[in-house]
Amino acid sequence: MGEASALTTYFNEMYQSDTVRLPYARLEDWTRSMPAELRQMKQAEAESLFRRIGITFAVYGEGGDPDRLIPFDMFPRVFTNAEWTRLERGIKQRARALNAFLLDVYGRGEIVRAGRIPARLVYQNDAYEKAVAGIVPPKGVYSHIVGIDLVRTGPDEFFVLEDNCRTPSGVSYMLENREIMMRMFPELFRENRIEPVDRYPDLLRRTLASVAPPKCNSEPTIVILTPGHFNSAYYEHSFLADLMGVELVEGQDLFVEGEFVWMRTTEGPRKVDVIYRRIDDAYIDPLCFRPDSMLGVPGLMDVYRSGGVSICSAPGAGVADDKAVYTFVPEMIRFYLGEEPILQNVPTWQCAKADDCKYVLENLGELVVKEVHGSGGYGMLVGPKSTAEQIAGFADRIKADPGNYIAQPTLALSTVPTFVEQGIAPRHVDLRPYCLVGERIELVPGGLTRVALKEGSLVVNSSQGGGVKDTWVLAE
Amino acid sequence: MILSVDHRTVYRYTLPVRGIVQSHRLTPSIFDGQKVLDWSVEVSDGQKGGGFRDGAGDWVQAWTVTGPVSEVIVSVRGKVETIDLTGLLRGHKETIPREAYLNATAPTEVDAALAELAAAAEGATDRLDAAHRLCAAVSEAINYEPGVTAAHTTAAEALALGEGVCQDHAHALIAIARRNDLPARYVSGYLHASGDGEPHEAAHAWAEVWIEGLGWIGFDPANGCCPDERYIRLGSGLDAQDAAPIRGISRGSAAEILDVTVAVQAVQQ
Repeated sequence: MGEASALTTYFNEMYQSDTVRLPYARLEDWTRSMPAELRQMKQAEAESLFRRIGITFAVYGEGGDPDRLIPFDMFPRVFTNAEWTRLERGIKQRARALNAFLLDVYGRGEIVRAGRIPARLVYQNDAYEKAVAGIVPPKGVYSHIVGIDLVRTGPDEFFVLEDNCRTPSGVSYMLENREIMMRMFPELFRENRIEPVDRYPDLLRRTLASVAPPKCNSEPTIVILTPGHFNSAYYEHSFLADLMGVELVEGQDLFVEGEFVWMRTTEGPRKVDVIYRRIDDAYIDPLCFRPDSMLGVPGLMDVYRSGGVSICSAPGAGVADDKAVYTFVPEMIRFYLGEEPILQNVPTWQCAKADDCKYVLENLGELVVKEVHGSGGYGMLVGPKSTAEQIAGFADRIKADPGNYIAQPTLALSTVPTFVEQGIAPRHVDLRPYCLVGERIELVPGGLTRVALKEGSLVVNSSQGGGVKDTWVLAE
Repeated sequence: MILSVDHRTVYRYTLPVRGIVQSHRLTPSIFDGQKVLDWSVEVSDGQKGGGFRDGAGDWVQAWTVTGPVSEVIVSVRGKVETIDLTGLLRGHKETIPREAYLNATAPTEVDAALAELAAAAEGATDRLDAAHRLCAAVSEAINYEPGVTAAHTTAAEALALGEGVCQDHAHALIAIARRNDLPARYVSGYLHASGDGEPHEAAHAWAEVWIEGLGWIGFDPANGCCPDERYIRLGSGLDAQDAAPIRGISRGSAAEILDVTVAVQAVQQ
């Protein structure tokens, strides 16, 4: 481990000094009874299963074939029912507040009028869509799938790292990881009472159906709109379409005629009621947004705004998950729900503010710095893991465009035992649960655990050498 | 004043296209300065799509035409009663907050020359005075000259040329108003040519600037005045493209030939 981490103690989710924490009790025997050869065999089996299924992810900017296999670690991550119950309440609370915020800022903007969030942060935000102001989506929901990234620093300490209100990806890994674990280690699922996650596709389909548009008066037709096979999450798009039993379409498969959106089928055009889109706002309709986009459907936004089709997530939802707006989510929870936040934010410095910026530049060595609109672990600085040269270079970038950066303390991310070449070793993890918001708010017990496979690394993104684990919530 | 409008847009395609989708902002705004007496929009062989009032208060109406089709005619006809509110957009309902109109778009990006022009507001007694000074500065800096600029010309380019049409004037005023932290937007509409020898365009565009305490106020740098009873307001946006009365896309690879005729007449003074 690096110098900085030697000074920090990390919460190990399995071992507390020499005792095993309760949720992991049965896993100790399991690892003891697994000799190295068997482990290697199983690991190879898991990889071949993933390859056969075709789960890959795309890594950009490294040359070569961008499609590679995401590393899967067989050692599961486990939560007790009590731990999960608290997380669940916190996640649902946050998803409710984020949606209330979106409905508000595209309506009367009460939170801005009340002076609880600066007007410019909202209305001059790149993700604010003037085109949907005054439009109330079905059930008042803007973000139907809220992915909330959580990290843990102690037995009861969880922090929200960021919110994803647009089209969070990765849920296919949550489902596949479980599927593969059940296939390879059926005995584990007999010995431990693990809450199932396989209801997710059905809940997603029901969530989407519950937000059918006002002009839909029969069983709604749902489709998934993908930018195409070159997209890094294409596998997930087709996987979810299969599991939900809905069509996977590209922009060219849809067209607008009269008051509705239609899908070309071999039996003629079929009206589409709900579109789960995995395309960014800017590309969904060249008539309303980027005129050069070939990925979207011309005229789609007019159909949406006149109640002929639902789009999930609703255009404009991104203004709630911007990293600068993130700072105000606890305020949203108090303002809209009259509750105290159950899950805490990570303290955040905004380089747009002169005082914050000064502090950040003076303490770069201890901080994590991110771009306000960045994602995927690209364009970030992890101070304690960087050279003096990298830090100096990043300082110049911040000075050139302070408004583009926020900084957070380097969190002592919890670890979970992970299979490594030498045996088993602790590795840092995070968690992304997927909260579904429609007529009801639903959350399957689990999520995607990402693990930083490099020793000492705190960056869990798959593009930066991260892997995934099955995530268990134990039944009571 | 009662104004009659006859606005015809003909789209001709070199080869038949498979279909057309259009989004119209072709219905006069609802505010105290104008009242629609009668109004119709027709699209040849068109099917009416969804219609709704958007956050800017504009009526948006979608249309589709199912091909193959090689010619489409959009006809707008109607009568509007207008009064002079000296540019004030009184009684207009909208949801979008004024801060959203501080955002620059590509045609309204400020370069060094526009920044210099924006200094015309220095020494103004108040925001209204500042807006008037900015409007006058644009009128002065860009001469009305059709044919030298095009749809994609930016405010910076028009200022460099020193010539342009109402779109360029409006873009330049919007750019320098926002530079002075005044929310500003592009307005499209019609203008009655009064035969006073001044150059006019019947399909017209101007700018609106938000003045705290007064609201949105129209400024027409192309004619060096504020909109009065000769103006009919249709809709607004961040720039010309965002406020376009007709946005459309055709499915097919044919070239499009556009022919527009607009007549605005006073039927009663």
